[in-house]
Amino acid sequence: MKFLEESIVKFGVEVSNAYEAIEAAGDLLAEDELIEGSYIEAMKNAYKENGPYFVLAPHIAIPHARPEDGVKEASVSLVQLKNPIEFGHSSNDPVRLVFGLGASSSDEHLTLLRKLTMLLNDPVNIEKLTHATTYEEIKNIVEMER
Amino acid sequence: MMIKVLAVCGLGQGTSLILKMNVEQALADRGISADVEHTDVSSASNMGADYIITGNELAESLTDHQAKILIVNNYFDMDEINKVIDENLVN
Repeated sequence: MKFLEESIVKFGVEVSNAYEAIEAAGDLLAEDELIEGSYIEAMKNAYKENGPYFVLAPHIAIPHARPEDGVKEASVSLVQLKNPIEFGHSSNDPVRLVFGLGASSSDEHLTLLRKLTMLLNDPVNIEKLTHATTYEEIKNIVEMER
Repeated sequence: MMIKVLAVCGLGQGTSLILKMNVEQALADRGISADVEHTDVSSASNMGADYIITGNELAESLTDHQAKILIVNNYFDMDEINKVIDENLVN
Protein backbone atom coordinates (compact mmCIF):
# COMPACT_ATOMS: atom_id res chain seq x y z
CA MET A 1 0.00 0.00 0.00
CA LYS A 2 1.36 3.41 -0.98
CA PHE A 3 -0.23 6.64 0.12
CA LEU A 4 1.15 9.93 -1.23
CA GLU A 5 4.78 8.99 -0.73
CA GLU A 6 7.36 11.36 -2.14
CA SER A 7 7.94 9.39 -5.35
CA ILE A 8 4.25 9.54 -6.28
CA VAL A 9 3.65 13.23 -5.57
CA LYS A 10 4.50 15.92 -8.12
CA PHE A 11 4.03 19.69 -7.94
CA GLY A 12 3.48 22.30 -10.63
CA VAL A 13 2.72 19.83 -13.41
CA GLU A 14 1.79 21.40 -16.73
CA VAL A 15 -0.97 19.76 -18.73
CA SER A 16 -3.37 21.12 -21.30
CA ASN A 17 -6.53 19.06 -20.71
CA ALA A 18 -8.30 16.63 -18.36
CA TYR A 19 -6.98 13.52 -20.15
CA GLU A 20 -3.38 14.68 -19.74
CA ALA A 21 -4.06 15.42 -16.07
CA ILE A 22 -5.40 11.89 -15.51
CA GLU A 23 -2.44 10.49 -17.42
CA ALA A 24 0.04 12.42 -15.26
CA ALA A 25 -1.49 11.03 -12.05
CA GLY A 26 -1.51 7.53 -13.57
CA ASP A 27 2.07 7.80 -14.82
CA LEU A 28 3.31 8.36 -11.26
CA LEU A 29 1.64 5.10 -10.18
CA ALA A 30 2.92 3.23 -13.25
CA GLU A 31 6.51 4.44 -12.75
CA ASP A 32 6.47 2.98 -9.25
CA GLU A 33 4.99 -0.24 -10.65
CA LEU A 34 1.83 0.10 -8.61
CA ILE A 35 -0.40 -0.21 -11.68
CA GLU A 36 -0.18 -1.53 -15.25
CA GLY A 37 -0.36 0.88 -18.18
CA SER A 38 -3.79 -0.55 -18.98
CA TYR A 39 -5.15 1.03 -15.80
CA ILE A 40 -4.35 4.52 -17.11
CA GLU A 41 -6.35 3.80 -20.25
CA ALA A 42 -9.20 2.50 -18.09
CA MET A 43 -9.17 5.71 -16.00
CA LYS A 44 -9.41 7.79 -19.17
CA ASN A 45 -12.22 5.59 -20.51
CA ALA A 46 -14.13 5.92 -17.24
CA TYR A 47 -13.95 9.70 -17.67
CA LYS A 48 -15.10 9.46 -21.27
CA GLU A 49 -18.00 7.17 -20.42
CA ASN A 50 -19.18 8.37 -17.02
CA GLY A 51 -18.16 12.01 -17.16
CA PRO A 52 -16.43 14.16 -14.54
CA TYR A 53 -18.35 12.90 -11.48
CA PHE A 54 -15.00 12.06 -9.83
CA VAL A 55 -14.32 15.76 -9.38
CA LEU A 56 -15.55 15.24 -5.84
CA ALA A 57 -14.99 18.64 -4.39
CA PRO A 58 -14.04 22.09 -5.64
CA HIS A 59 -10.68 21.77 -7.47
CA ILE A 60 -10.22 18.09 -6.53
CA ALA A 61 -10.37 15.15 -8.96
CA ILE A 62 -9.91 11.52 -7.97
CA PRO A 63 -9.66 9.55 -11.22
CA HIS A 64 -9.73 5.77 -10.88
CA ALA A 65 -10.87 2.58 -12.57
CA ARG A 66 -11.63 -0.96 -11.40
CA PRO A 67 -9.12 -3.24 -9.63
CA GLU A 68 -9.24 -5.70 -12.54
CA ASP A 69 -8.13 -2.96 -14.96
CA GLY A 70 -4.54 -3.47 -13.80
CA VAL A 71 -3.82 -2.51 -10.20
CA LYS A 72 -0.79 -4.22 -8.63
CA GLU A 73 -0.87 -2.45 -5.29
CA ALA A 74 -3.43 -0.22 -3.56
CA SER A 75 -2.11 3.31 -4.00
CA VAL A 76 -2.80 7.05 -4.16
CA SER A 77 -0.68 9.54 -6.13
CA LEU A 78 -0.98 13.32 -6.38
CA VAL A 79 -0.42 15.68 -9.25
CA GLN A 80 -0.69 19.36 -8.38
CA LEU A 81 -1.47 21.22 -11.59
CA LYS A 82 0.40 24.39 -12.50
CA ASN A 83 -2.61 25.70 -14.42
CA PRO A 84 -6.15 24.80 -13.35
CA ILE A 85 -7.93 22.54 -15.84
CA GLU A 86 -11.62 22.30 -16.78
CA PHE A 87 -12.99 18.77 -16.45
CA GLY A 88 -16.53 19.82 -17.37
CA HIS A 89 -17.95 19.52 -13.86
CA SER A 90 -20.89 21.83 -13.23
CA SER A 91 -19.89 22.98 -9.75
CA ASN A 92 -16.34 21.87 -8.91
CA ASP A 93 -14.27 23.06 -11.88
CA PRO A 94 -11.47 23.98 -12.44
CA VAL A 95 -9.32 21.15 -11.10
CA ARG A 96 -6.03 21.91 -9.32
CA LEU A 97 -5.34 18.66 -7.47
CA VAL A 98 -5.51 15.24 -9.15
CA PHE A 99 -5.32 12.19 -6.87
CA GLY A 100 -4.69 9.05 -8.90
CA LEU A 101 -6.37 6.18 -7.10
CA GLY A 102 -5.11 2.67 -7.72
CA ALA A 103 -8.23 0.84 -6.56
CA SER A 104 -7.62 -2.66 -5.21
CA SER A 105 -10.20 -5.12 -3.97
CA SER A 106 -8.35 -5.62 -0.69
CA ASP A 107 -8.97 -4.09 2.72
CA GLU A 108 -6.07 -1.76 1.94
CA HIS A 109 -8.34 0.02 -0.51
CA LEU A 110 -10.67 0.97 2.33
CA THR A 111 -7.74 2.02 4.50
CA LEU A 112 -6.40 4.27 1.72
CA LEU A 113 -9.77 5.89 1.11
CA ARG A 114 -10.17 6.49 4.83
CA LYS A 115 -6.78 8.25 4.93
CA LEU A 116 -7.60 10.31 1.88
CA THR A 117 -11.00 11.27 3.29
CA MET A 118 -9.48 12.29 6.62
CA LEU A 119 -6.84 14.34 4.84
CA LEU A 120 -9.27 16.14 2.53
CA ASN A 121 -12.06 16.68 5.07
CA ASP A 122 -9.84 19.44 6.47
CA PRO A 123 -9.85 22.58 4.28
CA VAL A 124 -6.52 23.67 5.79
CA ASN A 125 -4.89 20.55 4.34
CA ILE A 126 -6.40 21.23 0.90
CA GLU A 127 -4.97 24.73 1.06
CA LYS A 128 -1.50 23.35 1.88
CA LEU A 129 -1.64 20.74 -0.89
CA THR A 130 -2.73 23.38 -3.41
CA HIS A 131 0.08 25.81 -2.62
CA ALA A 132 3.01 23.56 -1.70
CA THR A 133 6.07 23.64 -3.92
CA THR A 134 8.11 20.95 -2.17
CA TYR A 135 7.28 17.63 -0.54
CA GLU A 136 8.66 18.91 2.76
CA GLU A 137 5.74 21.33 3.00
CA ILE A 138 3.13 18.56 2.95
CA LYS A 139 5.09 15.78 4.61
CA ASN A 140 3.55 16.37 8.04
CA ILE A 141 -0.07 16.39 6.97
CA VAL A 142 0.39 13.36 4.72
CA GLU A 143 2.22 11.35 7.36
CA MET A 144 -0.44 12.06 9.91
CA GLU A 145 -2.84 10.13 7.72
CA ARG A 146 -0.38 7.40 6.76
CA MET B 1 -37.46 -0.49 9.78
CA MET B 2 -33.88 0.63 9.27
CA ILE B 3 -33.38 3.47 6.81
CA LYS B 4 -31.49 2.40 3.72
CA VAL B 5 -29.14 4.83 2.01
CA LEU B 6 -27.19 4.23 -1.20
CA ALA B 7 -24.05 6.25 -1.92
CA VAL B 8 -23.65 6.18 -5.70
CA CYS B 9 -20.77 6.86 -8.08
CA GLY B 10 -19.90 5.91 -11.65
CA LEU B 11 -17.99 2.70 -10.88
CA GLY B 12 -18.92 1.99 -7.27
CA GLN B 13 -15.23 1.62 -6.42
CA GLY B 14 -13.78 4.78 -5.00
CA THR B 15 -15.77 7.92 -4.79
CA SER B 16 -18.98 6.32 -3.49
CA LEU B 17 -16.95 4.78 -0.65
CA ILE B 18 -15.66 8.19 0.35
CA LEU B 19 -19.20 9.53 0.34
CA LYS B 20 -20.42 6.52 2.33
CA MET B 21 -17.80 7.12 5.03
CA ASN B 22 -18.75 10.75 5.47
CA VAL B 23 -22.50 10.04 5.35
CA GLU B 24 -22.09 7.32 8.00
CA GLN B 25 -20.19 9.81 10.13
CA ALA B 26 -22.93 12.42 9.77
CA LEU B 27 -25.66 9.87 10.60
CA ALA B 28 -23.74 8.53 13.60
CA ASP B 29 -23.29 12.09 14.93
CA ARG B 30 -27.09 12.43 14.89
CA GLY B 31 -27.78 9.04 16.42
CA ILE B 32 -29.58 7.89 13.27
CA SER B 33 -29.10 4.22 12.57
CA ALA B 34 -29.12 3.51 8.87
CA ASP B 35 -27.78 0.95 6.48
CA VAL B 36 -25.45 2.81 4.09
CA GLU B 37 -24.24 0.94 1.02
CA HIS B 38 -22.10 2.10 -1.88
CA THR B 39 -22.64 1.12 -5.48
CA ASP B 40 -22.30 2.17 -9.10
CA VAL B 41 -24.91 4.11 -10.96
CA SER B 42 -26.22 1.25 -13.12
CA SER B 43 -26.60 -1.22 -10.21
CA ALA B 44 -28.34 1.46 -8.15
CA SER B 45 -31.36 1.43 -10.43
CA ASN B 46 -32.12 -2.18 -9.41
CA MET B 47 -31.56 -1.67 -5.70
CA GLY B 48 -34.22 -0.65 -3.23
CA ALA B 49 -33.43 2.27 -0.95
CA ASP B 50 -35.06 5.10 0.94
CA TYR B 51 -32.42 7.62 -0.05
CA ILE B 52 -29.78 7.88 -2.73
CA ILE B 53 -26.94 10.26 -2.10
CA THR B 54 -24.70 11.29 -5.00
CA GLY B 55 -23.16 14.21 -6.89
CA ASN B 56 -25.17 16.40 -9.24
CA GLU B 57 -23.45 14.88 -12.29
CA LEU B 58 -24.98 11.44 -11.68
CA ALA B 59 -28.27 12.51 -10.11
CA GLU B 60 -29.85 13.07 -13.53
CA SER B 61 -29.56 9.41 -14.48
CA LEU B 62 -31.27 8.34 -11.24
CA THR B 63 -34.42 10.44 -11.40
CA ASP B 64 -36.62 7.38 -12.14
CA HIS B 65 -35.59 5.70 -8.89
CA GLN B 66 -38.23 5.44 -6.16
CA ALA B 67 -35.74 6.62 -3.54
CA LYS B 68 -35.42 10.27 -2.61
CA ILE B 69 -32.32 11.69 -4.31
CA LEU B 70 -29.99 13.81 -2.18
CA ILE B 71 -27.23 15.78 -3.86
CA VAL B 72 -23.82 16.56 -2.39
CA ASN B 73 -21.45 18.72 -4.43
CA ASN B 74 -18.42 18.59 -2.15
CA TYR B 75 -17.83 15.08 -0.79
CA PHE B 76 -15.29 16.40 1.70
CA ASP B 77 -17.42 19.16 3.15
CA MET B 78 -18.96 17.78 6.32
CA ASP B 79 -20.99 20.98 6.72
CA GLU B 80 -22.69 20.38 3.39
CA ILE B 81 -23.27 16.68 4.13
CA ASN B 82 -24.61 17.47 7.60
CA LYS B 83 -26.97 20.05 6.11
CA VAL B 84 -28.32 17.60 3.52
CA ILE B 85 -28.90 15.01 6.26
CA ASP B 86 -30.55 17.56 8.57
CA GLU B 87 -32.88 18.82 5.86
CA ASN B 88 -33.96 15.40 4.66
CA LEU B 89 -33.45 12.71 7.28
CA VAL B 90 -34.01 14.49 10.56
CA ASN B 91 -37.65 14.87 11.48
